[in-house]
Amino acid sequence: MEDTALECIGARKVFRVKKETRPETHLSTEWSVASAAGDPGGQDAAQPGTHGGKQGPGVNGHGAAIGATNGRHRGRLALSRAMATLFPRSVPVEAVSGVTFSVKRGEIFGILGPNGSGKSTLIRLISTLLLPDDGEIRVFGHDVVRERFAVRRLINRVSVEAAFFKKLSAMENLSYAARLYDVDIRQARRTAIEILKRLGFGENKAYEPLEDLSRGMQQKVAVARALLTSPVLLLLDEPTTGLDPVSKREVQDYVLEVRDSHDTTVILTTHDMQEADRLCDRVAIIDQGRFVALDTPMHLKAGLGRNGDGEAATLEDVFFALTGKALKESHPEEGD
Amino acid sequence: MIELARELRRSYALVERNFNLIRRYIGWEIVFLVYTVVNTLTIAFIGVNPATGGGGDRVLYLVVGALLWGFLSVLFHEVAESVQWERWEGTIEYSFMAPMKRLSYLGGVCLYAATYGAVRTVVVMLAVVALFKLDLGSANLGAALVVLLLSSLSFIGVGLMAAVLPLLSPEKGSQAAHILEAAILLVSGVYYEVSVLPGWLQPLSRLSPATYTLRAARAALLENASLRDIGGDLVLLLAIGVVLIPLGLKVFNWGELHAMRTGKLKRSG
Repeated sequence: MEDTALECIGARKVFRVKKETRPETHLSTEWSVASAAGDPGGQDAAQPGTHGGKQGPGVNGHGAAIGATNGRHRGRLALSRAMATLFPRSVPVEAVSGVTFSVKRGEIFGILGPNGSGKSTLIRLISTLLLPDDGEIRVFGHDVVRERFAVRRLINRVSVEAAFFKKLSAMENLSYAARLYDVDIRQARRTAIEILKRLGFGENKAYEPLEDLSRGMQQKVAVARALLTSPVLLLLDEPTTGLDPVSKREVQDYVLEVRDSHDTTVILTTHDMQEADRLCDRVAIIDQGRFVALDTPMHLKAGLGRNGDGEAATLEDVFFALTGKALKESHPEEGD
Repeated sequence: MIELARELRRSYALVERNFNLIRRYIGWEIVFLVYTVVNTLTIAFIGVNPATGGGGDRVLYLVVGALLWGFLSVLFHEVAESVQWERWEGTIEYSFMAPMKRLSYLGGVCLYAATYGAVRTVVVMLAVVALFKLDLGSANLGAALVVLLLSSLSFIGVGLMAAVLPLLSPEKGSQAAHILEAAILLVSGVYYEVSVLPGWLQPLSRLSPATYTLRAARAALLENASLRDIGGDLVLLLAIGVVLIPLGLKVFNWGELHAMRTGKLKRSG
């Protein structure tokens, strides 16, 4: 197998997102005009086709004329609002913007960024769930677009939202996953129990519907599901979000163990700077779809030197310095 | 051969998963089954009612319509809603990321749908036969079974085409599938001859595989028609299945690529 687990060359992904329409703003202006003209029917401005001006005396006889004009405007606005609802306009938003990097086999590679920065989109591109608009992504030499099937044999992913059939038990969900990946079902059930126990998940819980378990427990099942198929490239998209500190530590320890014992390469997105510092060999910081830094945590921290308080810089300080924003700051145009 | 066995095992994942879900939703399953039984009995009583000129083969005529529609609509629903269901659960990305041919995924969905639909239909049929003491002595059950098998192919094809709709439009796709199902119910002569439809609707009945299914099944069950007698309808059903299944798969693949291009596999769309 190749020494390069992942090559990402100029990957770019653009989404079209629905844009807010402006008729509401225009309507307010119309309403103001009607009110200024002494139109007591101004309150009806929001109702299409109401000739508000004709309901009141107006000022200097102009009220009725202005009201009638406003009525026609309102009619047009109502039509335009209806059209905007039926056929909303969309604008292109670049979620991942020409990202280039490579990950060595056996490496734990961290991607840090605020919400909406493009982390999850990048993970989806690598997972063959999205088609890049530009650039090339290769997993152990296989192109994620042309050789999707080969890539899918090599990867598995834990997403931030534990996506399961919640009525089914952990074991039923894991059996489903094992069959999809053609893992021997008896062996899979044994392995699943071992992994779950290793993650601090009691065996008795494995047969309860997942909807009855906490989010942290569900996330542990998600980790077990991904590892059950022995992926050589493991994509962890905020795997410890929502876990208590003990569970978080258990998952982190297990990730390190899996990397060492199973020759697994890991790509990890996280908001947790300590987690990134502890687990990752190298870290990329992504902001608005672009990598703004890529190095080892040690070099990134050394590059900044000291923080504002004169203390040795942490990864969090580096993050703030490079992105100029808080970790959970949201980018409204992309549902990352 | 080994790869085929692998894909069959992967298909079975869908069957097992869905039967596990039935166990977990057993209360609702019982409710739906009882409702279907009662609904079919109600339709059969219309056939008995003297005020509507009931009697004779009329009960069987209506019951055949109700049973076949029950089976075909379950088949259509399960296939057409498979994507929507996974989207709703939030599992669609996980299932579609698995190293599994889409044919195997959809094959598993269809296998489950046919098994589930057949079990439900048999339960309903037993209830109707027990209550109305229907005489099937002169019916050609073998021919009716062949009709059912061939019509399953064509309905799977229609279902595959409908399954792609939620990939194109997460919100409206499922609604469109329901409209399609309602249109098939209207024009196919489930409870009446298509000749009673207004002239402008009758051409649509010729596009629906259910029309040929019902005509052939009724001929086999009510008139003891042989396979040769209903051969024309059988060939049509086979032809529709042979055309629609590959076409449905093609459309589904196209829809999946569209969803991957636009990001619509994600639950929030």
